[in-house]
Amino acid sequence: MFSKEAKKTSAGRSPRELAWRRFKSNKVAIPSLVAVSIIIGAVVFAPQVCDLLGISPDIRDEASIDARGQVVGDWGGISAKHPLGVVPGIGYDVLARLLYGARISFLIALMATLASVGVGMLLGMLSGYFRGRVDGVIGRFTDFLLAFPSFFMILALSAPMIQRIEMSGIAHDNDARILYLITILAVFGWPYLSRIIRSQVLSLRERDFVLSARALGASNSRIIFKEILPNVWTPVIVYMSLTLPGYLTAEAVFSYLGIGVQPPTPTWGLMIADSTKFIINEPTYFFIPSLSLILVVLVFNLLGDALRDALDPKSEN
Amino acid sequence: MSEPLLEVTNLEKFFPVSGPGMFSRERGTNKAVNGLSFTLKQGETLGLVGESGCGKSTAGRTVLKLYDPTSGSIKFEGEEIADYSPRKMKPLRTQMQMIFQDPQASLNPRQTVGAIISASYEVHKIKPEGGVKTAVQDLLERVGLSAEHFDRYPHEFSGGQRQRIGIARALALKPKFIVCDEPVSALDVSIQAQVVNLLSDLRDDFGLSYLFIAHDLSVVQHIADRVAVMYLGKIMEIAPTSSIYTAPHHPYTKALLSAVPIPDPKLERKREQIVLSGELPSPMKPPTGCVFSTRCWKAQAKCFTEEPQLRKVESSEVACHFPE
Repeated sequence: MFSKEAKKTSAGRSPRELAWRRFKSNKVAIPSLVAVSIIIGAVVFAPQVCDLLGISPDIRDEASIDARGQVVGDWGGISAKHPLGVVPGIGYDVLARLLYGARISFLIALMATLASVGVGMLLGMLSGYFRGRVDGVIGRFTDFLLAFPSFFMILALSAPMIQRIEMSGIAHDNDARILYLITILAVFGWPYLSRIIRSQVLSLRERDFVLSARALGASNSRIIFKEILPNVWTPVIVYMSLTLPGYLTAEAVFSYLGIGVQPPTPTWGLMIADSTKFIINEPTYFFIPSLSLILVVLVFNLLGDALRDALDPKSEN
Repeated sequence: MSEPLLEVTNLEKFFPVSGPGMFSRERGTNKAVNGLSFTLKQGETLGLVGESGCGKSTAGRTVLKLYDPTSGSIKFEGEEIADYSPRKMKPLRTQMQMIFQDPQASLNPRQTVGAIISASYEVHKIKPEGGVKTAVQDLLERVGLSAEHFDRYPHEFSGGQRQRIGIARALALKPKFIVCDEPVSALDVSIQAQVVNLLSDLRDDFGLSYLFIAHDLSVVQHIADRVAVMYLGKIMEIAPTSSIYTAPHHPYTKALLSAVPIPDPKLERKREQIVLSGELPSPMKPPTGCVFSTRCWKAQAKCFTEEPQLRKVESSEVACHFPE
C-alpha cells in the first residue's frame, strides 16, 4: 500500500543488523573489537602462543641473568628470545607469565561478571516488574550492599572464608582463593546492575506491548522473559563490557594485597606486586604488566562505549 | 438476539492517588470510571466518545479486566467476569481482544511481526490448521499487509501498517469482542479512513463487536451503530448514531458536536459553536448532583443537588434533568 520499493531496500534489517551498521561506522569500534579479540585469543590459547614463540612461564633462562640476578641487557632484557624481557632474579619470560597470568585474571573477571550479571538481571527484573513488597525487600537489600564497605569486607573475610571453602572440600589452595574472589566480587557487584535493570523494567512494564500481552492472557513469567527481557539486553551488554575490566583491576588489586592467588602461579596483580621490588633497577619489568593492565582496561572500555552507541543510539553518554 | 454479548452495570474504577512526599498516606481517589452502564449486542459497534481525561480508555481496559474494577458488574455472554482472577480470565481472553492507540508502543520493538502475532497461539497453546506461520501470514494478508512481512520488525513499518499489525494480533484468536482504544487517533488523516474501513470490513466478515473509543466524533459516526458520550467517568447520553448527530438531547453532547469543524469554509463560518466555560472538574472531586452542572448553561438548582439518571428520551437515553 505504501511505496513498496522504499521498503525493499531496508528489507530484513533486524535491530541487530542496524546496530552492527552503526557499530561499523564508529571509528573506535572496529580497532577496539580487533584488540579485544586478539587479547582474548592470546589469553585463551596461551600455551600454543608460548610454544610458537618458544617461551615458557616457568623455565628459567640462566643465560638471561647474571650471577647476582641482574638482567643481562637493557630494557629488562627485551630481545628476540624474550619479547617483553625476563623477570629479574629468576629469569622467567615476562610475556609468557603475562599470558598465563591473564588466564587466571580473565577467568576471575569473567566468572565474577557473569555471576553478578545473572543475579543482577534476575533480581532487577523481579523488583521492577512486581514493584511493591518484592521491590521493597530487594531494594533495601541492594541499599545495604551498596552502603557496605565492600573493599574492607573482602580483605577481612578472605582468610576465614578461604579456610571454609577448603574445609568443605569444594576447592583447595589457589582454586579456593579463585572461588572466593569470584563469589565475593559477584556478591558486591550485582546491586549496580540490578538498579539499572529495575529502572528500565519500571518503564518497560507500562508500555502498551506489555498490556497487550496481558490482554492475550500471557503469564507473568512469559511477560518477563519474552516481552521485557529482550528489551534489557542493551544495558546488560554494555554493563558487562565495562564491568569486566573493572574486575580485572580488582583481581590485580587483591592479588597485590596478597589475598588472591599465591605465587609462584602468575597473575597480573602478583606480577605488579613482584615488580615493585625491582622498580629502581629494572623499571621495564614494572611498566610492562602495569601498562598491559591499563591497555586492556582501555580497549574494553572503548569497546563498551562503542557497543552502547551502537545498541542504544538515543543515549548520549 | 436475546442475550447481549456484553452487559456492563454500574462499573466503577477508582485509582488511589497519593499525595506528594515520601511518607504521605493515600490522599484521595481518582474516580476515572464512576458508574458506567451499557450493553453491547453481538455484531454491534458502540462508540465511546468524550474529551481527554473523561475515563474512556480506563473504561475500555476495565471491561477487558486489564484493570480490576472497583465495583460493578461485567457480564460477557451472560457470564459474570467482574471478579474473575487472571487465571479464570485466561480462556475468555480468546474471546475479547484489544487494539491500542499508539501502534509504536503496542508492538514489542525486539520481536518480529511473526513473533508478535503468533504469541496469541503460543499463550493459549492453539495449533491453527496448516501451522502457525501460515495462519499468521493469512492474517497479515487479511489486514492488507503481505506474507513476506512475517520476519520484519515493527520499526520497518509506517504508522498505518503498524496499526494493521496490531489489528492482526487482535484477530489471531478469532475473538467476538474487540475494544478499539482510539485506534486511529495516532495516524495521519489519510490513513485513518483506510484503517476505519478495514475495521468495519473485518467486523462484517468475522461478526465482531467493537467498543470503539475515540475523541473524534466524525470517525465514530462512520463506524458506530450507537454512541455513548462520556463526561467525568459517567455516561451522559447513549443514542443510535443516526439520531445523536442530528438530535442530541444532552447539553454536553450538543456542545461536543458543535465543536466539530465543518470542512466547507462557507458553512464553517456560520457554524454556531458552544464554548463551555471553565475547566474540566477534577475526577478526584467530581461535582455533586449532575457532574456537568458546573459547566452547563442550562443548569438549575436541581442540577447541583440531584444526580440525573439515564432515562429514555425518544430513541436516546439521557442523563439530564432538562433534556432538549
